[in-house]
Amino acid sequence: MSSAFFQYLVTGLTIGTIYAMIALGASIVYNASHAINFAQGEFVMVGGLAAAVFTESGMPLLPAVAAGLGLALLTGAVVAFFAERTNRFGSIEAVIIMTIGAATLIRGTAEVVWGRGTHRLDAFSGETPFHFGGVSIMPQSLWVLGVTLVMFVILVVFFRGTLLGKAMIATSHNALAAQLVGVDVKRVVVGSYLLAAGIGAVAGIVVAPITLAYSEMGLPLGLKGFSAAILGGLGSGPGAVTGGMVLGLVEAFGAGYVSSAYKDAIAYLLIIVALIFFPAGLVGSASEERV
Amino acid sequence: MIKIAKAIACAALLGVMLAGSAFAKEPIKIGAFLSVTGPASFLGDPNKKALELYVQRLNETGGLLGRPVELIVYDDGGAADKAQSFAKRLVENDKVDVIIGGSTTATTIAGMGSVERGGPPFISLAGAVSIVEPVRKWVFKVTHTDRMAAEKVFADMKKRGLTRVALVSEDSGFGKSAREQAFIVAKAMGLEIVADETYGARDADMSAQLTKIRSNSAVQAIWVLGVGQGPIIVTKNYRQMGLTVPIYQAHSVASKEFIRLAGEAAEGLRLPVTGLVLVEKLPLNDPQRPIVIAFKTAYEKAYKSEASTFAGYGFDGVMLFADAARRAGSLDREKLREAIEATKGFVGTVGQVNLSATDHMGLTPASFYMVEIRNGDWKLVE
Repeated sequence: MSSAFFQYLVTGLTIGTIYAMIALGASIVYNASHAINFAQGEFVMVGGLAAAVFTESGMPLLPAVAAGLGLALLTGAVVAFFAERTNRFGSIEAVIIMTIGAATLIRGTAEVVWGRGTHRLDAFSGETPFHFGGVSIMPQSLWVLGVTLVMFVILVVFFRGTLLGKAMIATSHNALAAQLVGVDVKRVVVGSYLLAAGIGAVAGIVVAPITLAYSEMGLPLGLKGFSAAILGGLGSGPGAVTGGMVLGLVEAFGAGYVSSAYKDAIAYLLIIVALIFFPAGLVGSASEERV
Repeated sequence: MIKIAKAIACAALLGVMLAGSAFAKEPIKIGAFLSVTGPASFLGDPNKKALELYVQRLNETGGLLGRPVELIVYDDGGAADKAQSFAKRLVENDKVDVIIGGSTTATTIAGMGSVERGGPPFISLAGAVSIVEPVRKWVFKVTHTDRMAAEKVFADMKKRGLTRVALVSEDSGFGKSAREQAFIVAKAMGLEIVADETYGARDADMSAQLTKIRSNSAVQAIWVLGVGQGPIIVTKNYRQMGLTVPIYQAHSVASKEFIRLAGEAAEGLRLPVTGLVLVEKLPLNDPQRPIVIAFKTAYEKAYKSEASTFAGYGFDGVMLFADAARRAGSLDREKLREAIEATKGFVGTVGQVNLSATDHMGLTPASFYMVEIRNGDWKLVE
């Protein structure tokens, strides 16, 4: 039925953009320091859960969103600080392990502070769906798509137009060369974590009305976001977006046309197959390093 | 001379110590492994709170069999492997007299292996019928089974003339077991399962599954079998898809939390619940009424949060044990087990419990009430 097709398309695009945002955050950190940041999912959680808890206790939406974003940025700064200290001996593997620990720490703190229950963030403009010829579109889906688009534009402007953005690109090509021309690599690395935290938080805030917010929400989202980043090509911006959208769509169509029980298996199987034919990711270039 | 004096002093000291311990009251140990944190925390957290409150009350009124009661709780976070190791620890290291727990079906099944050889008695707080079928010597449960929920829900559907059902079940232990039971009961009662969708317990969106159901014109009613977040998201997606066929949930979501999180989407939804959920709405001559009102008042006063069905399970578990312990008059494992098995007419928040050698659950569909959610509250439907 063609209206079912478009319904799956809407679902796939919505969840795909979330994966794309998470993948972007992961790619940015990877670009700056070749570190895989396993705490990426937790940035998403801090943003979404904080906003949900604050609105539940009466705060209006915008201040709650700002507070969620602020807390996520703080978390990002903490992880960046640890990354800096852990990397002093030049071992990026140590940094990666550190991020796993940081993720657990952030999750545990969130559980202690906000509890173990599920929290609700009200949809920004209500829950009455739009109906177009048999397809139901939630206003929140439009928010997800719209906010992601705006975020993407901001990022393009940032990387092409600002000094810090260009410094980040330079560092991703060759950190030593960048240092030699005067780029403060430490600032770039910290900036990358803050950017990743910000993007993650926005993703979390905008998706929480759909998925509900709870302290462990970072785990499945982080994993899928990472898989999307690798699928598209780790370190590539367009790759992150491509990977995210492909993953979201495969999931939705897999659940709809093949089997809802195996949708995750289908998605991951496809990633494995894709990586066999495109080892550097769908968009990534052959010169990318694999960790 | 001094040597002899030292020897006598040591012997005297030893004697006093031994004599002292002979007079010390060994506490009765209740062990529990619960999903206090993690995706099933809305089950395990109230389980724990109810257990703690009532163990405290037992101790305030002189303990059990004249001894203090000690509660040992481990948090398995909803993970079956942790549940297994905690159950083992309770049996082998802590040497508890009874285990009350397994907030979920999966954790219960993982943990119950530890009591298979020689006990202690194990009272589960989880839902699947597979826990007590086949009957295992040491394993009991105080909750309604998924099979009973199916019997209750399908009976209500039949009354409304709905015979073609779509199932939306979770891949969790409860969801899988409930789905199996749904097929068995549907066949027995003459209903047809025309759609069989599943979702993952951690999935964020089930609109694909509901889209398939929407495109299926044979569907007359939907039954959601899950626990925790999943059913909430399914309910929201159901409303978003513009579906209008009657939707039912299982007793696993019987809490005000569900209504709060699902919001308006939950209006008109039906599900089977225990007397605890209805409290004052119960008929005046119902023997459950005073018990659930007393429990609800005490729990809400102590914790300032809703006394959900799952809190009720914790209460039932410890009170059932206490009742059996008093009848047994001893902590001998076999005697305790026999006393639990002989429970008759025990009234808990789940209803009236009558156990036997062939029935380690003791409830009937009669102790379930069908309700509909109206204006954010439960409305009795029978």
